[in-house]
Amino acid sequence: MKIGLFIPCFMNELYPEACVSTLNVLKNLDLDVDYPLNQTCCGQAMANSGCSNEVKDLAHRFVDIFKEYDYIVAPTGSCVTMVKDHYAPFFNDDPAYNKVKNSIYEICEFLHDVIQVKEFNVSFKHKVGLHNSCHAHRALNLATPSELNINYNSKLKNLLGMVKGLELVTLQREDECCGFGGTFSVTEPDISTAMGKDRISDHINSGAEIMTGVDMSCLMHMEGLINRDNKPIKVMHITQILAGEGE
Amino acid sequence: MSNHPQEAAKFVANDERMHWHDKALWFVREKRDLASKSIPEWEELRSVASEIKTHTLSKLDYYLEEFEKNATQKGITVHWAKDALEHNEIVYSLLEKNKVSKIVKSKSMLTEECHLNPYLEERNIEVIDTDLGERIVQLRNEPPSHIVLPAIHLKKSEVSETFVEKLGTEKGNDDPTYLTRAARASLREDFLDAGAGLTGVNFAIAQTGGVVVCTNEGNADMGASLPKLHIASMGIEKIIPKLEHLGVFTRLLAKSATGQPITSYTTHFHAPVVDGEMHIVIVDNQRTPFLASKDYNKALACIRCGACMNTCPVYRRSGGHSYGYVIPGPIGSTLGNFKDPKANKTLPFACTLCGSCTNVCPVKIDLDTQLYTHRQDLGAQGLLSKQKTISMKITAKLMQHPKLFDFFGKTIRKLVPMLPKSIVYSKYNIWGQTRDLPKMPKNSFKELYKQGLKDEL
Repeated sequence: MKIGLFIPCFMNELYPEACVSTLNVLKNLDLDVDYPLNQTCCGQAMANSGCSNEVKDLAHRFVDIFKEYDYIVAPTGSCVTMVKDHYAPFFNDDPAYNKVKNSIYEICEFLHDVIQVKEFNVSFKHKVGLHNSCHAHRALNLATPSELNINYNSKLKNLLGMVKGLELVTLQREDECCGFGGTFSVTEPDISTAMGKDRISDHINSGAEIMTGVDMSCLMHMEGLINRDNKPIKVMHITQILAGEGE
Repeated sequence: MSNHPQEAAKFVANDERMHWHDKALWFVREKRDLASKSIPEWEELRSVASEIKTHTLSKLDYYLEEFEKNATQKGITVHWAKDALEHNEIVYSLLEKNKVSKIVKSKSMLTEECHLNPYLEERNIEVIDTDLGERIVQLRNEPPSHIVLPAIHLKKSEVSETFVEKLGTEKGNDDPTYLTRAARASLREDFLDAGAGLTGVNFAIAQTGGVVVCTNEGNADMGASLPKLHIASMGIEKIIPKLEHLGVFTRLLAKSATGQPITSYTTHFHAPVVDGEMHIVIVDNQRTPFLASKDYNKALACIRCGACMNTCPVYRRSGGHSYGYVIPGPIGSTLGNFKDPKANKTLPFACTLCGSCTNVCPVKIDLDTQLYTHRQDLGAQGLLSKQKTISMKITAKLMQHPKLFDFFGKTIRKLVPMLPKSIVYSKYNIWGQTRDLPKMPKNSFKELYKQGLKDEL
């Protein structure tokens, strides 16, 4: 089984530690991982801004780079959603795209559903708040959204439950959006900021020392607010906890 | 012309009010969650409702004609209006013919959409909105800020001030019961001397030729029963085929809207009152283009419960007036942008694409997908700002060239820590107005990987 590691463009530049953790989580499971060096960006920011005509070439690049891998694994829910849900208009029922679409996974989804991990030999003795990023949550179904009347399950909580010493706090609003929203963060800065601050308060009020999640973009937005306001909480990508690199 | 970011900023500026508004609507969302989880077949019910709507919209001409035939047989006069003006003209001509100078009106988003009140008032007809929330905003000369809770943006102290001025209540008394009683006493007089009652329509049943109106205050019942003339206005999309389908929607509507099991009043109107007249005005007003649209067709299935507003994290923090369109929130953003993309182009972007709206929608409208698609349509129509299209074009080009992107990334990482804060956090850095930038790492992941991480694999 050959895995192609896809790292979101901004994460590669700004959060190399979380990328290394992502790689290490896979490596710790003795998986065969390759990181194609010519990858750049999935085009999500352009598409969400209404500029999907700019994305076509990037989409074809992406599929060309990743089509040979058995699985494509990425530390992000939103970029995976971009590839899965929004690339179709750029491909005319192309077999290569169809393969990529069905073999790309957010890393926790991959660990939970494909590898079916039963234990992590790591510990993290902290109170943790889980931020459910919207695309991972509602498009990839990493957990049951609070709006739906179906049996509850959370793949992320299942995974975090295997980390020794980790205590998950209960939030007032389990899956409220943090207000990042890509370019929303700068086109609607006031609402974006208000939403982010509310999300942070919920975590702090629930006793979390660490806020974690699968999308570094949401966490970057909230980290920016936390640092500006000197709030007593830190953000960590979920792979940093699962790789045992947080302690 | 909507400018959501600007109007939202004004609403957010009052932090205390914004949080109060957010919490009030979140409370309604939580009530909706409890109600929806009180029946095990909730998700199945949503699917059935969605299927009934899809079917009906696909044969709308058939069902509309069936409705007209059956309504006519029951002694109801059916009128057809192609747009807002025709609707208003029909209503006015009916009032003129019956020499009516005062009407009582229950909640109807359609008449808001058609701007019926100002049209009639210009023609010397007094219009009294009788839903309490609608009455409050009418007295304040404001549009409703929510389709189910029209005055949700107001605090009781503000209602009290309005009532002191308009209804002569005691100054400083903002007891909700006191205020409600004052409104009720004043509305009773209006019900008694109005010459006609106008209502909206929640559901029009093709098979029976009757309409169903759901309210919590019974005001539609008073308005439709006391005067001899009842005019009901409905959009073409309000049709359901059979009576047996109604229960699917009445079970969903109130639970989705307010978390109640059912609205306090669910009234079936199937004939004029004794010695009276009943008229139904069926309005298109730019609805038929939705039927032909594969991307936005489902928006016509909306049953106006308002659940997408209550759950929307943007709506809760920006208030209904920030949208500048008759229907606010996710559903209004897709309806408004489809009807007039130029005027409403900021609305599809007043959204983080979180998808919560789609999950609460009782008829499963794909709201977040529609808003995403609107963005692409706005791009294709050349309605995005130059700044945005150029920056996205440049970014997309940059991303075609991995080496150039690496160089660009490295430059930023090296440069930012060297620059003075006043430059990094200048007014052009919108991100940085409220947020610190991430700490610039020495190496990118790609650099670390190339430097030897690979050997460890």
